[in-house]
Amino acid sequence: MSILIDEKTRVIIQGFTGDKGTFHAKEMIAYGTNVVGGVTPGKGGTRHLDRPVFNTVKEAVSETAAEATLIFVPAPFCADAIMEAANAGVRLVCCITDGIPAQDMMMVKRYMLRFPKERKATLIGPNCAGIISAGKAMLGIMPGHIYKRGSVGVVTRSGTLGYEAASQMNELGIGQTTSVGIGGDPINGSSFVDMLKLFEEDPETEAVMMIGEIGGPQEAEASLFVKENMRKPVVGYVAGLTAPSGRRMGHAGAIISAFGDSAAEKVEIMRTAGLTVAPSAAELGSAVAEALRKAPSRPVMVGT
Amino acid sequence: MEIHEYQAKELLAGFGVAIPRGGVAYSPEQAVYRAAEIGGARWVVKAQIHSGARGKAGGVKVCSSEDEVRQAAKALLGKKLVTHQTGPEGRVVHRLYVEQAVPIARELYIGFVLDRKSQRIMIVASANGGMEIEEVAKRHPDSIVREVVEPAIGLSAFQAREIAFALGLPAAQVNRMVTVLLGCHRAFRELDATMVEINPLVLTEDTQILALDAKMAFDDNALFRRPNVAELRDYAEEDPREAQAAEYGLNYVALDGDIGCIINGAGLAMATMDMIKHAGGEPANFLDIGGGASPERVANAFKLVLSDVKVSAMLVNIFAGINRCDWVAQGVVQAARELKPRVPLVVRLAGTNVEEGRRIIRESGLPIISADTLAEAADRVVAAKQGVSA
Repeated sequence: MSILIDEKTRVIIQGFTGDKGTFHAKEMIAYGTNVVGGVTPGKGGTRHLDRPVFNTVKEAVSETAAEATLIFVPAPFCADAIMEAANAGVRLVCCITDGIPAQDMMMVKRYMLRFPKERKATLIGPNCAGIISAGKAMLGIMPGHIYKRGSVGVVTRSGTLGYEAASQMNELGIGQTTSVGIGGDPINGSSFVDMLKLFEEDPETEAVMMIGEIGGPQEAEASLFVKENMRKPVVGYVAGLTAPSGRRMGHAGAIISAFGDSAAEKVEIMRTAGLTVAPSAAELGSAVAEALRKAPSRPVMVGT
Repeated sequence: MEIHEYQAKELLAGFGVAIPRGGVAYSPEQAVYRAAEIGGARWVVKAQIHSGARGKAGGVKVCSSEDEVRQAAKALLGKKLVTHQTGPEGRVVHRLYVEQAVPIARELYIGFVLDRKSQRIMIVASANGGMEIEEVAKRHPDSIVREVVEPAIGLSAFQAREIAFALGLPAAQVNRMVTVLLGCHRAFRELDATMVEINPLVLTEDTQILALDAKMAFDDNALFRRPNVAELRDYAEEDPREAQAAEYGLNYVALDGDIGCIINGAGLAMATMDMIKHAGGEPANFLDIGGGASPERVANAFKLVLSDVKVSAMLVNIFAGINRCDWVAQGVVQAARELKPRVPLVVRLAGTNVEEGRRIIRESGLPIISADTLAEAADRVVAAKQGVSA
C-alpha cells in the first residue's frame, strides 16, 4: 500500500507538450507511472510521447478516465488550470509550478469547496516536488531512483530536504511508502494534517517523517493532530533556526511574521506534542531509525 | 515588495480612503515649497523609509513655521534611522513626506492581512491605534476585532459596519468608516497586496476619518500583472546584493555571518545554514540557486557570494535530482577557474550521478575541499574558515 498514487493510478499531465511537461512525463513513464495522456489547449487530437493530447481536462477525463493530474502550467495561468481539473472531476491534482499569486490560491481554495465530498479534488502543492510512491509511481519532478520501497511515509514542504531525508534513510536501509511534497507557498492545497491522516490509515506505513520550515501554522496544527489522533510515530524536523525574522527565505511561505512562525517555536511545539525531533538536517535518517526502534514501546494514544 | 508611506497613501486615496493633504520632498527647499502649497500653520515632516516605528527613531517632526520645516528636512535627509524593523544598520533617508498636521480626537488601528490559517483575507482592527498591533495585543487584547472575508463575495458592508460599531464609532461616522474599510479591501484585492495597515486611522476634531500613516506590502508573485505597483519599487531601500540577485533570478538574503552559501532548494538552504551554525559558524547569506543549477547560474551565484567582503569561506551544497551531479560539478569547476575565489571552497554533491560529479571536482586540480554528507560539509567549511583566519 501507499497513499494517493500507485502503479494503477491513471495520470494526465497539464502542460504535457511543453519542455518541462515532456521531460518529466518521460521520467514518470520510465518510473512506471500509468500516464494515459495530457492536455494542451489547441493541440487536442494529436499524440505526444505515444499518448493522446486533449484540448480540455474534461475531454481527457471522459476519454481516459484519468484520476490524477500533474500541472506544469506557467504561474499566471495555474489557478485556472487547477480549477479546470477540479471541475472535470479529477480526484488528485498535483501542481509543481512556483510563483502563483497568493490571492489566486485563495480563490482556488474557495472554488474547490463547492464540490460535494464524493467528487472533491485533493490538491497537492503548488510549489512542490510532487508525490512518489516508492517503486510504484511518481507524480512529480523528483529523482525517482533515490526512493526505495519501505515503511516510512514522508511529508515535506521542501523538495530537496525530502530528497535528503530519503537518501539518509536509504543509507540506513529504511525505505518509504510514499513521499509527498506539500509545497512552500503560504496558501497551499493539502496540509501536513491532511497527509498525516492518510499515512495513519495506510497499513504499510509504520512511521512518518514530517519536514517543516519557518512560517505559517501548519506544523503546529500537525503536532496537535499527532498528539490527539495518531498511533504511528512521527519524526519532525523544522528548517530555518538561523533565519532572521521578517525575511522571506526562498519559499513564498517561509517567513517569520507572527507568533509561532519561528523554527525554535515549532520545534518546541513538536516536542511538547510528543514527536521525536531531528536536531539537524544531517540526522533525518537516524531520527527515523531511532523512532522505528522505539515504536513498540511508544504509548498508544486512543483517539476520542 | 514594500512601498513608502506616501505611496501607500496615494494608492489608498484612489480607493476612497481620505488622507491629510501632503506632498513628497527630496530637498529642504522642496519641503518648504510643499508646506506652502499645503497651507495652514502646522506641518509634519516624515522620513520615508520602509519601516514602521519611525516616530520613535526621530524620523517624524512636527513644525510650526516654514523655517522649522526647512530645519527638519535638513536634519532628516541623509540621516540614518535605526528602528527595530531596520535592524542595527538602519536606513538612510532619501525622501520626505510633508503633511498638514491634523487635530486628532481618537486614534484607531486597522490592518488587512492574508491569514494563513483561514487562507483568506483577515481584517484586524482596534480602538487603540497609534501603537504597534503587537503592543495592542499585549496591552489591550480585548480591544482587537477580527473579521474574515469570504473570497467569493468580498467584504460585505455589514461586516464593515460591525467593525465600525465594535470600535465604538459614533453613528454619524460609521458610514465613513465603512467607506474606508471597503476601500482598503478593494485595494488589497485589486493590487494583489499581502498587507494593508493604517495606523493610526484618526478621527479628527472636525469628524473626518483620515489615514495618518499607511503601510502596504505586495505579493512579488503577482507583480507581473500590477505594473502600477511594480514601478513603485525603491531600489535604494534594498540590499544591493539582493537587488542584483533578483536580476540573476536567484533567491538571496544577506545575513551577518562570514560563510557564503550556494544551495539548491529553499528548505535545504535553510537547513544548511542551520548546520553551519550547529558546527560553530555563521552563514553570510541564504542563496537558493533553484532547480536548474546551470553553469551560468552557478557562476552568477559565485559572483554574488564573493562580492560580500565578509565572506571568508564558501560552501556549495547541491542535491541534484534532475540536474545531474556531473553537470553541476562542471559548472562549479568552471566558475572556480574563472572567478578564482579568494576564500576556501567546500563542495558537497549528492543525488544523481554523484560519483561522476565528485570525480570531476577531484580531478579538476583546483583546491576544492570535498564533502560527502551534510554534516561533513558544515564541519569542513567552518574548519576551512578558521584555517584562513588563523
